[in-house]
Amino acid sequence: MNSKKPSIYYFICYILVALLALSFLFPLYWIITGSFKVKADIISKTPVWIPTQWVLDNYQNLLSKRSAPLFQIGSWVGPTIPAAFRWLINTVFMSAVSMLLTCLTASMAGYALAKKRFYGRTILFSLIVAAMALPKQVILIPLLREMSALHLYDHIWATIIPIVGWPFGVFLIKQFAEGIPTEMVEACRIDGASEWRTFTDVMFPMIKPGVGACAIFTFINSWNDYFMQLIMLSSTQNQTISLGIATMQGENSTDFGLIMAGSALASVPIIIVFIVFQKYFTKGITMGAVKG
Amino acid sequence: MSDKSKLGSLRSNNLVLQENVSAYLFLLPFLIFFVGFVLYPMFMCLFTSFFDATMGRKDIFIGFQNYKELANDPVFWVALRNTLVIVVVSVPVTCIFSLWVATIISRMPMAATSAFRCIFYLPVVTGSVAVTMVWKWMFNNYYGIFNYLGQNMGLIDKPINWLGNPKYALGCIILILLTTSVGQPIVLYVSALDNVDKSLVEAAEVDGATPMQAFWRVKWPQMMPTTLYILVITTINSFQCFALIQLLTSGGPKNSTMTIMYYIYYNAFKLYRYGYGNAMGVILAIIIAILSAVQFKLGQEK
Repeated sequence: MNSKKPSIYYFICYILVALLALSFLFPLYWIITGSFKVKADIISKTPVWIPTQWVLDNYQNLLSKRSAPLFQIGSWVGPTIPAAFRWLINTVFMSAVSMLLTCLTASMAGYALAKKRFYGRTILFSLIVAAMALPKQVILIPLLREMSALHLYDHIWATIIPIVGWPFGVFLIKQFAEGIPTEMVEACRIDGASEWRTFTDVMFPMIKPGVGACAIFTFINSWNDYFMQLIMLSSTQNQTISLGIATMQGENSTDFGLIMAGSALASVPIIIVFIVFQKYFTKGITMGAVKG
Repeated sequence: MSDKSKLGSLRSNNLVLQENVSAYLFLLPFLIFFVGFVLYPMFMCLFTSFFDATMGRKDIFIGFQNYKELANDPVFWVALRNTLVIVVVSVPVTCIFSLWVATIISRMPMAATSAFRCIFYLPVVTGSVAVTMVWKWMFNNYYGIFNYLGQNMGLIDKPINWLGNPKYALGCIILILLTTSVGQPIVLYVSALDNVDKSLVEAAEVDGATPMQAFWRVKWPQMMPTTLYILVITTINSFQCFALIQLLTSGGPKNSTMTIMYYIYYNAFKLYRYGYGNAMGVILAIIIAILSAVQFKLGQEK
C-alpha cells in the first residue's frame, strides 16, 4: 500500500517531465522547421506544424539580403554588406581565441592560487569571488569608454578581452587544482625541475579535465555573449552571427522565415558543439559550484 | 643565535621570496586582463558616477547630483520595481522547478537522465538571440501559436498582443527567462542528488521513513550548499536579463518591461549619459551585494 502510492506519483511525474521536455524542445523545432517553410506556411494563422514544402528560400534570402545596420554610434553608420558567412567566421574566431586565451591564463592563475602561498592571496581570491557575483553589465559603460580610448571599439578584440578577464575560468581551475596532491608538485621541485617545467609537465596534464571544462564553457558562453557584442561591435563586417541576426531582425521584423534561418545559423553549430562535449560541460558547471 | 640557524632563516626567506615571485609570474597574464578590464572598470563605474560624463568632452564633477536625480526619476523607480518583480518571481520558481525536475530525472536510467538534462539546458545553449526571435514569433499577434492555442482551447476570445500590452509584457518576459534559466540549476541538483550520502538515506528508510521524509530530512539538508549557490546565480541571472528586453520590447510598452539593466543601456547608448548610467550601475551592484549577503546568511543559519 505504502509502496504503491509513490509509484503512481512518479508515473505521473515522468509523464509531466516528458511533456515539459517536449515544450523545451519546441522552440528549437520551430526555429529549424520555420527556416525551411514557405512564406504562406509562416504567415498562416493556423500553425503549420510540419512544413508543407521544404524550401531554401529563407537561407538564400538571408545570404543575399542587403541590410543597413540598425546600430549607430554618433554620426557613424555602418556599411550595407550582406555578411552571414563573415559573421560566422567572426564568431568562430572570437570564441576560439577567447577559449584559448582563457584556458592559458586561467590554468596558470588557477594553479598559482591553488598551490602557492603568496602575499595578497586571500585578497585576490575575494576580489575574484566578488567580481563573479556582479553582473558584468554593471561595468558596461566604463568598459566601452576604455575600449574606445584604446581604439578597440568596433573591433572583435573588444569582445574577447573582457571574456578573458572574467574570473570564472580561474575559479574553476583553482577548484580543480586543489584536488591534486601537493606532494606531486613538491616531489617535482625536489627533483630539480624548474617552476615552468613543473607546471607544464606535471600540473597541466593533471588539471587537463578541468581545462577541458573551462574550454568548452568559455567557447559556448562567448558564442552567446550577445551583450558584449552588442555594445562593442557596430559595423556589419565586424559583427557576430547573433548580433547580425539581431540587427537584421530590426530591419525585417515580420519576415519570420528569414529570421528563423538566421537563428538556425546562429544556434545549430553551437548546439552541436554542446552535444558533442556535453560531458565536459556538465563537469564544468558542477565543478564551479563545489564549495561555491 | 648560531650561524647555522641564521643561514636557515635566510634561506627560508629566500624561498618565500622565490615562491612569491613565481606565484605572481603565473598570475601575471590573468592579472593583466582581470585588473585592466574587470577591476579598473568597476572602479571607474563608481568614480564616474560622481561626474556628468558624456561623449566627446571632459567629465565634469558634480558630486552626488546623479544620485539625487536618480531618486527623483520616476522611470528609475519603475525600472527598479520591474527588476525586483522579475527577481522575486523567477528565483523561487526556477529553484523549485529545477529541484522537482532533478528529483524526477535522477531516478531514471543514466542515459535518460543525461538526455533530459541536455534538453533542459538547450535553451541556454541556443543563445539569447535565437531564443528571443522564436518566442517573438510564437507571441506574435497574427501568426503566433499562443493566440492560436489560446483561442482554440477557449482561453481567450480574440488575439492578444502579448508583448504590446503592458498587462502581459512583463509576464511574457519572465516566462522566456524561466526557460533559459532552469538548465544550470537542474544540472547542479542532479549532481547534488547523486552525491548525497546513500548510507544515510538507507538508514532512514530502514527506520521507516517515507520517501518524502527521507528527502526533506536527509537529502535536502545535504544539498543546502548547492541550493545556496543556485539561489545566488539565479538572482544574478535574473538581474542580467537584458537580451530578451532589448530584442522584444525595448522596455516598453509604457515602461512596463523597463529594467535597471535596460535603463543603464538606454542611458549609455541612446542618451550618452555615462555618469548617470554608472550611478545606476553602482546602485544595482549594492542591491545585488545586499541580496547575496542575505542569501548567504540565511543559508548558513539553516
